[in-house]
Amino acid sequence: MSKILIRGAKILGGEPADVLIDGETIARVSTGIEAGDATVIEAEGRVLLPGLVDLHTHLREPGREDSETVLTGTRAAAAGGFTAVHAMANTFPVADTAGVVEQVWRLGRESGYCDVQPVGAVTVGLEGKQLAELGAMHDSAAGVKVFSDDGKCVDDAVIMRRALEYVKAFDGVVAQHAQEPRLTEGAQMNEGVVSAELGLGGWPAVAEESIIARDVLLAAHVGSRVHICHLSTAGSVEIVRWAKSKGWNVTAEVTPHHLLLTDELVRSYDPVYKVNPPLRTEADVMALREALADGTIDCVATDHAPHPHEDKDCEWAAAAMGMVGLETALSVVQHTMVDTGLIDWAGVADRMSVRPAAIGRLGGHGRPVSAGEPANLTLVDPSYRGAVDPAGFASRSRNTPYKGRELPGRVTHTFLRGRATVVDGKLA
Amino acid sequence: MLCSPGDTSRTPRHLISAADLTRDDAVLILDTAEEMARVADRPIKKLPTLRGRTVVNLFFEDSTRTRISFEAAAKRLSADVINFSAKGSSVSKGESLKDTALTLEAMGADAVVIRHGSSGAPYRLATSGWIDGAVVNAGDGTHEHPTQALLDAFTIRRRLVGADAGLGKDLEGRRVTIVGDVLHSRVARSNVHLLTTLGAEVTLVAPPTLVPVGVEGWPCEVSYSLDEVLPASDAVMMLRVQRERMNAAYFPTEREYSRRYGLDGLRMAKMPEHAVVMHPGPMNRGMEITAEVADSGRCTAVEQVANGVSIRMAVLYLLLGGSETALPSAAARTEENK
Repeated sequence: MSKILIRGAKILGGEPADVLIDGETIARVSTGIEAGDATVIEAEGRVLLPGLVDLHTHLREPGREDSETVLTGTRAAAAGGFTAVHAMANTFPVADTAGVVEQVWRLGRESGYCDVQPVGAVTVGLEGKQLAELGAMHDSAAGVKVFSDDGKCVDDAVIMRRALEYVKAFDGVVAQHAQEPRLTEGAQMNEGVVSAELGLGGWPAVAEESIIARDVLLAAHVGSRVHICHLSTAGSVEIVRWAKSKGWNVTAEVTPHHLLLTDELVRSYDPVYKVNPPLRTEADVMALREALADGTIDCVATDHAPHPHEDKDCEWAAAAMGMVGLETALSVVQHTMVDTGLIDWAGVADRMSVRPAAIGRLGGHGRPVSAGEPANLTLVDPSYRGAVDPAGFASRSRNTPYKGRELPGRVTHTFLRGRATVVDGKLA
Repeated sequence: MLCSPGDTSRTPRHLISAADLTRDDAVLILDTAEEMARVADRPIKKLPTLRGRTVVNLFFEDSTRTRISFEAAAKRLSADVINFSAKGSSVSKGESLKDTALTLEAMGADAVVIRHGSSGAPYRLATSGWIDGAVVNAGDGTHEHPTQALLDAFTIRRRLVGADAGLGKDLEGRRVTIVGDVLHSRVARSNVHLLTTLGAEVTLVAPPTLVPVGVEGWPCEVSYSLDEVLPASDAVMMLRVQRERMNAAYFPTEREYSRRYGLDGLRMAKMPEHAVVMHPGPMNRGMEITAEVADSGRCTAVEQVANGVSIRMAVLYLLLGGSETALPSAAARTEENK
């Protein structure tokens, strides 16, 4: 494998330096490195980050390859600057056996664009009744560490307790989709002024918060790790903050769209804004940003949820929930967190690479940009401004809420173990 | 007032939400409906106004009453009417709203009257570019039912102000009480918007479980006590209690609901003498309203049905053949919401 010299990039937004990649690792980080036989990337003004890691991606394969495949999803991930993604288990069949998680893992390896770490289902068929073979999934080639019934809440307190206890045997973590099912029957959007006006079933904040409160208590009780998926309310933030103040092993994520969009957008009845959990209020958005900045929320996770056009080109109630996010995540984070001064680029590296890799126990990712480390890297041009054009997405689906919206930042290069997966903004 | 139809250069306009109507829009519709009501008194109840126009009644939900009302209205204006019921149609075979709309567009529908179980479906139909014709919301989910609100306002104005005396007038200072399942009621939502636009003061009365979270954003008062509100009401609108919701813990028993929020003769006696009792139908006699009240001269339920035809004639006329400024476009509403 040839050498690559990234010249003059600001490492984690700090001082410019040269980074020499040799094979799969970072060989040197210094100033004034001679190019020699290396391919040179002039990167002045750009920011170099450890490769981004997503804890929450829906790749849809097996079963819904019309929405996304592991290949198209990992290409989208690479385009967005990601070098590793966790693939959620709500596939068809559900990823609740060693066989399915190994299949997804192998497809990820074959894609070559991004490491795919399968998430195993907590319960058989995501039905919330019987624990899946968590140990077998962990012991498989996929080495599953993160378990989630995402898309559905593990609402039975006993099942949740048992899952939390069981995964301690192999340092696993249960990632909870916090949604009390009875309180959200018929729910279509955030419950509040807008839902009252639009006549859409309200999705109360307390449906999320009550489950989070229960689960942090359960995790503390059994001494296990719990991770809360896609926080969306100010109240959820307060519960996680309280749990962390107790020293409990609780982590949490927020999606880019919950950092930017509010339920006011639902007035358009455009299903592109239909997502689970729903878009909340401006006050919730501000609370989530602050919590991500102060570390209460550990990381950004995309909840990339591709759907084919026909599943969104319909009336609100009939539309599927979710939006794609891999290719716009970094831009939205720059827009909402960096350009607002809430965090710097080192903070982005921490929330989008270091912490998600640590939660998922991904040893080769989220590492410092230092000599001897795996060359999983993302190079960003933060000065770029441009309108989002979904026609150019690598994802098989186009259900983005940002079509035509001007967002900052652009991933110019992504490196997976020293191999460029994205060059000058284009997939290699 | 009545304009000659046939102006094909008009831009498509829609009636999606009562909130889209200005005071002048609403008064124009009410005044036009008064003129339409006179047609019903003629031996031949028909105008040639919409001859050659096609109106499709696109009903994804059963509603014989509303469909017949729109059908009668369109036929009295000489429009061709196509009734499209989702049951037994291609929709029940899985056809989407979009494909149904494209079919209707291909058939040359000038107006689509849509009843749908999903809030916002008419808005999507009007704004997604699936069809060019006018869209009239005949009830969508728990969102709105604007022509019901218009016929209610029309009924109130006729009763409290007078048919001829009411022309050009709104409902300034009138106090309207809406009682019952506000949470699930598109009728209540449309009435709150329209009646306040027309200058009325609206009070919602319901058990707290049937008041939407977020109601504080509505231009009305909320009370949990019917007895306290009745003496100051000019019109009391009783909403139908949907029996299918009885088991959802919104209230303990039918008997308790009836005792606290039902309108009987004793309660009606607390209302001012001029005050009317309204009901959008169908009524649950003995539940939200007793037979004594329903059959009294103060109850306008039957008039509301008749007035519904006049209002729908006015709406179809104004959308398809009349004044350009009567009804706003959904596109204009979209702009406002940006």
